[in-house]
Amino acid sequence: MSTTVAPRRPAAPAAPTPPSGGLTWRQRLGIWDFRYSPYLYISPFFVLFGIVGLFPLVYTFWVSLHEWSLIGGKGEFVGLGNYTQVIAQDNFWVGLRNTFSIFLLSGVTQTLGALLLAAVLNQNIRAKTFWRMGVLLPFVVAPVAVGVIFSKMFADQAGLINTLLEGVGLPSVGWHSDVLASHVAIATMVNFRWTGYVTLIFLAAMQAIPKELYEAAMIDGAGRVRQFLSVTVPMLRPTIIFVVITATIGGLQIFDEPRVFDQAGQGGSSRQWMTVTMYIYELGWGAQQSFGRAAAVSWILFLIIIGVGVLNYLLTRRIATGETTRTRTTPAAAPLVGTVPAGTAPAAATTAPVSDPPPTRTGKDPS
Amino acid sequence: MRRRLALARISTFAAVGLVLAGCGGDAEGDDTAEGGGTAEGGDITLTVATFNEFGYEDLVADYEEANPGVTVELKKAATANEARDNILTRLAAGSGLSDVEAVEVDWLPQLKQYPDQWVDLGDESVEGRWLDWKVEQATTTDGALIGYGTDIGPEAICYRADLLEDAGLPSEREEVADWLGDTWEDYFAAGREFQEASDVPWMESAGAIYQAMVNQVEFAYEDTDGTVIATENPEVREMYDQVLAASEEGLSAHLAQWSDDWTTSFQRDGFATMVCPSWMLGVIEGNAAEVEGWDIADTFPGGGGNWGGSFLTVPTQSEHPEEAKALAAWLTAPEQQIRAFQSKGTFPSQNEALESEVLADTTNEFFNGAPTGEIFSARAEAVTVVPFKGPMYAAVNDAIQQALGRVDVDQTDDPESSWATFVNDVEALG
Repeated sequence: MSTTVAPRRPAAPAAPTPPSGGLTWRQRLGIWDFRYSPYLYISPFFVLFGIVGLFPLVYTFWVSLHEWSLIGGKGEFVGLGNYTQVIAQDNFWVGLRNTFSIFLLSGVTQTLGALLLAAVLNQNIRAKTFWRMGVLLPFVVAPVAVGVIFSKMFADQAGLINTLLEGVGLPSVGWHSDVLASHVAIATMVNFRWTGYVTLIFLAAMQAIPKELYEAAMIDGAGRVRQFLSVTVPMLRPTIIFVVITATIGGLQIFDEPRVFDQAGQGGSSRQWMTVTMYIYELGWGAQQSFGRAAAVSWILFLIIIGVGVLNYLLTRRIATGETTRTRTTPAAAPLVGTVPAGTAPAAATTAPVSDPPPTRTGKDPS
Repeated sequence: MRRRLALARISTFAAVGLVLAGCGGDAEGDDTAEGGGTAEGGDITLTVATFNEFGYEDLVADYEEANPGVTVELKKAATANEARDNILTRLAAGSGLSDVEAVEVDWLPQLKQYPDQWVDLGDESVEGRWLDWKVEQATTTDGALIGYGTDIGPEAICYRADLLEDAGLPSEREEVADWLGDTWEDYFAAGREFQEASDVPWMESAGAIYQAMVNQVEFAYEDTDGTVIATENPEVREMYDQVLAASEEGLSAHLAQWSDDWTTSFQRDGFATMVCPSWMLGVIEGNAAEVEGWDIADTFPGGGGNWGGSFLTVPTQSEHPEEAKALAAWLTAPEQQIRAFQSKGTFPSQNEALESEVLADTTNEFFNGAPTGEIFSARAEAVTVVPFKGPMYAAVNDAIQQALGRVDVDQTDDPESSWATFVNDVEALG
């Protein structure tokens, strides 16, 4: 808001003739330029978004209201018939269950794992660049290649993982036959590919955290764990929100990995690992060739993702603000600050900012 | 980036496809005027789309030489599924198909639903060229022939002679053929006999055998009018129970075909026998490299059987349907198919080619020098039943294969409740 209001004020004095009727053409152009040009400059994005984002979205909704076949094209208008039809299918709910299960298994471990990995990489270790690039290496591998390799490792009878398990005396796991085991296997593939990527995002954000905060915390007597929880995590709040939301959007649309987990690509005999996107594909391009139903499921998925995205945002916000409030209101902070100057006088100068750290500011403003 | 890709994917699925589906029809007419080829009588370019290996590379050069003014462009898709998705998408779009499109028998029924999209290739000059059942597969209910047959997949039984010998059973090709008998019950009985003397499972899985059995039933899942009868058809239930009973007796290795476990099992005495169409020989040889003892018995339980094979079709989208038809007819003529067979091993479907000396003299070293040409020609002639495959065939078959997989491969369900799920799945297709 402030950006649009601010330029207007200088614009008015720029035109000395008070009533609008008395403006010259040139002056008027100047005002328009001032007022509307910014919108013109950012319009390519919105135009493009309208064509490749919004239009398909709306059109998909239109399709979902009709009987619509892959080849035959548009049929009768059925209203919400496609929606009620797919909601009544067991496979739809199985797909939803699998999607959420795989998403939670991969999303949670990925975010936590990446956070820890980034914290380690952020330390002063030898051959930094080597390690940092190393974690990104799996990301370069094509998802389908990952799928093919991992589905060999997770083969039920002769797979590497089961051979290892049996080697140490554990029972072998039905990676393809068991529901949860298949989800764990697929989540592993996803994590293999994505943890490194997320780690680098976290690492970049961590490097932007001012060193003074850590120095101050150190002087306050905070250990590594306490520093991580009370400085790093609150400072990463915007990044965590970003990562969680993108992970949600991607995780709920997972397709490649489960699709190549076996040769048939239908998610197993009991649909153990069939995700919603695989179900969409099956509806539209499988035997039913029903774009109407596929579009209906696409829209349901879209709404679910928005719902979960909002929920995520609220949760992460709450957790992150919770963290900062703790640092802010923690009674330990004041005595600590108080005790430090007693020890070393010069340190007091560096400690001073701690009583007013940036996280407190970011935490205060919105609430 | 997965996130972007995922988003893009949704839009590709939901939008682009639909946009194409929506407006493709009208665009068709305008396209013809500005198409790739030039005017009548001038030079024309024909595109031929195939998948996997059809062995047409050298043939195309010869055709161009014999027909000045015709340039042939080959487009190869890596897999049959890729080719199918491509055809369906462009069919929906109303443009973009090649002049000659190769189609696999499994998804031919899907395409037969739209007879007006395909040029009727029926012609006196090609009458009697193919095995009758091959022609029948590509004939629509109105009697139009929409595809010229290329190759077929007649089925025999491949077996591990060394394992049979160890079990004190017949292992010579002819003896085994006799011992296996003529019906599936005989085949399972032979399996029980083998199982008494060996720890190796008799067959890969219940699903693999079921697949062979159902291909010998004329009306398994649908009536000619399209009614789905799969769940009430006693024949289907009988076969289902029969293969699962065999599995319960321990004859099955519980290996889903094409799975990683299945591929690995060739190297570790996974099973003793398997149903093998002519094109499976290459697969076995690849998976079982260094393993000695594979052989082929010239027999097939329950009468002959066919698995796979392809056709060349000409879409009505083609700007040069006459020329495309002539090219397809030439490519599928016996002489050319024999050459394709020599180059890539695609087993010919033409009567004359099946009797050719080249075919008769073909043997396979890996399979103990078995006369594969002779065996599979005999197997092709033994095929009597052409299963009726309507639009729902593939989907119902997937559902029952999953039902079998739950019991036999995953072992997470019992036959009764798995059947109930199958019935549910079939109803959901409606």
